[in-house]
Amino acid sequence: MSKERIQISEDLYDIMPSDYQDLVKNATYGKEDRGWKDIGTSKELIEQHSLCAGCPESMAFRYILASLPNPEDTVMVGSTGCTSLVFPMVAVHNIHSLFGNQNAIASGLKRALSVRFPGRVKDVVVLAGDGATVDIGLDMTLQAWFRQEKFTTICFDNELYANTGGQESGLMQKGFVAKMAPVGKLFDKVRLPEIARESGCHYVVNCTVSKPSLVEKVIRNAVHIAREIGPTYLQLYTPCILEIGKNSMEGLQEMRDSEKPNERFAYKEYISEPAKQLLAELAAKDKERKAAAKQLAGQASA
Amino acid sequence: MADIHSVIGTKNKKGQTYTDTWKLMNEAPRTPSFFTGSEVIKEALRRASCDVMIAYPITPQSEAAALIGELFAEGYIGDYFRGESEFAVMSQCAGAAFGGARVFTTTAGPGTMRAMENFPMWSGARLPIQMIVTCRGINSPLSIQPDTLEIAYLLNTGMLVWHAETAQDFFDWILKGYMVSEEPDVHLPLALCCDGFFVTHTKDVVNLTPADMCLPPYDPYRSPVPCMDMECPPVRMMRDPFVMKSNYISYATHASWQQEIWAAVERSRKHSIHWLNGLIDTENTDAEIIIVASGTAVSQGREAIRLLEDEGVRCGLVKVKTLRPWPEEEIREATKNAKHIFVPEFNVTGWLAKEIKATIPNPERVHAGPRVCGGMTMPPEIIVSEIKTALGMKTFSLAGRGS
Repeated sequence: MSKERIQISEDLYDIMPSDYQDLVKNATYGKEDRGWKDIGTSKELIEQHSLCAGCPESMAFRYILASLPNPEDTVMVGSTGCTSLVFPMVAVHNIHSLFGNQNAIASGLKRALSVRFPGRVKDVVVLAGDGATVDIGLDMTLQAWFRQEKFTTICFDNELYANTGGQESGLMQKGFVAKMAPVGKLFDKVRLPEIARESGCHYVVNCTVSKPSLVEKVIRNAVHIAREIGPTYLQLYTPCILEIGKNSMEGLQEMRDSEKPNERFAYKEYISEPAKQLLAELAAKDKERKAAAKQLAGQASA
Repeated sequence: MADIHSVIGTKNKKGQTYTDTWKLMNEAPRTPSFFTGSEVIKEALRRASCDVMIAYPITPQSEAAALIGELFAEGYIGDYFRGESEFAVMSQCAGAAFGGARVFTTTAGPGTMRAMENFPMWSGARLPIQMIVTCRGINSPLSIQPDTLEIAYLLNTGMLVWHAETAQDFFDWILKGYMVSEEPDVHLPLALCCDGFFVTHTKDVVNLTPADMCLPPYDPYRSPVPCMDMECPPVRMMRDPFVMKSNYISYATHASWQQEIWAAVERSRKHSIHWLNGLIDTENTDAEIIIVASGTAVSQGREAIRLLEDEGVRCGLVKVKTLRPWPEEEIREATKNAKHIFVPEFNVTGWLAKEIKATIPNPERVHAGPRVCGGMTMPPEIIVSEIKTALGMKTFSLAGRGS
């Protein structure tokens, strides 16, 4: 796994867009320990985006794309919403088709890639908003989990329909006054992380994206477990600062406030037994790799 | 990149020989077999080198969808599963096609309607999925009976739409359909329709190609848009660019994309003519009376023509095979001598008659009927009666009309 498939023919090099030349030269494809710390130091897989200034979703996008363990063989599936404004600028193959069908698309895609590339790793990662995941697409979200489809589902939970202008969603908090909830939302925030666990997900995390190192860890875990064992689900709080009346510099504080103990985004995780075993094996291998690298470095300096 | 021609003559894991499709369809020996339409769909799929089939139960396609599951169990299909609804199934088919698979599915009636949002997306994304539509009623109160109204809704999706008359058409067109759909200058989904029950649940003699010969595999790298498998360089642009920018460039992009879909439908014309031996079949088009029909209405029309012959009335026939691409020139030419054009249909609105009226000069020649719907059969006698009434000839009174 490397940059072998994105090399540019020498004869065409000078006419390729500069950002593509930069991708081939400097992207972290093939780097085993790629992660959030590469942001800003090498070519990123996301270019400019058209989200609002200070939108936590844009941070989440950068952390996730920097943390994918295998971007050179990862296909992403999106849905309609703010995320669909970002995906055109992402340098991994990504599919937008309809609103809410992302887990159905991913099911067909993952199976096609398994038929076409037996014995090779092809990761599929779904990234969609809470309206797509929990409201219009809930059926397909759950059914993919029931069938034990081997891909990761990431929900950017901003607790409302942001792209259409701030309407009530199933993941909105009870009592919140929004468009289409003129007297306040009348029912509780849907408990999708618990539903995910009961529906067969092997790894479920509910958190904010305030800490890039945490995002990196949960993304790597989720993708590895989905690849080897079965469905995984991440629910990440990416507040819509525009619709909750915050300023562009207040997104981070909003996330920090919401992840305090007993708040709705206090860190919660569920890991199935086979997934725990896999993570232990991966951690052991990682330790071995680091020790070997250290030894090699020691030999070189000696 | 794979070259599909390089596999011709080699064997797949089931021991079938990848065979040039033209030779397979036109030169390979045929064995007459007595099968239901559903079994014929299975036999066509056995020879189709299909990567992914996704199933969902709805009458009258359930049997075919389940039989293809048996093929999967035998190892003829790459992957197969039951989806959760037709909307989901058509999205799953899209996902598999985005990933470079040759994809097959079957649906009917209310299922077609439930899945409808997917179809313009399929053609917009240039996914050459093949979908069998075994038409049935979509009305309320609930009906499972034959009725072709759902085809009318498919005509403007940008899909290719073909209407099979017999199980033999079905067998041949499933295999030929992939050849047209997968052409780089077409690369569009195909809705291959038939009249439910009449074709799916009746037995007929069908001439099958040898079971040990199959189609060459689909090559996703001949697609006019990138296959989403990260095997070719990713570009920073998705397939539906300029999502929701409100500016002229955005509108122009969307407009030209839509025009390109319909240009691709037009470009399928030459391939369809090549594989189907014309978009229409004709008999005696020098007659003053002509029946134009598609699906099983063609068979009923043919029988009506025989009855009319006995009474000395000469009548020609046009069998419309492809609805998209629409055989505009062909129908105009075939009906140029006709003083009366009858369009028997199995639906209440008469969508085929409307298409024909919009195509030919002097459309008052078109008699939009007889039409039956809701599962009613169409005895040839009512076509005869319609024609004789229009000609001012004495006709028998039909039972049940109370006269």
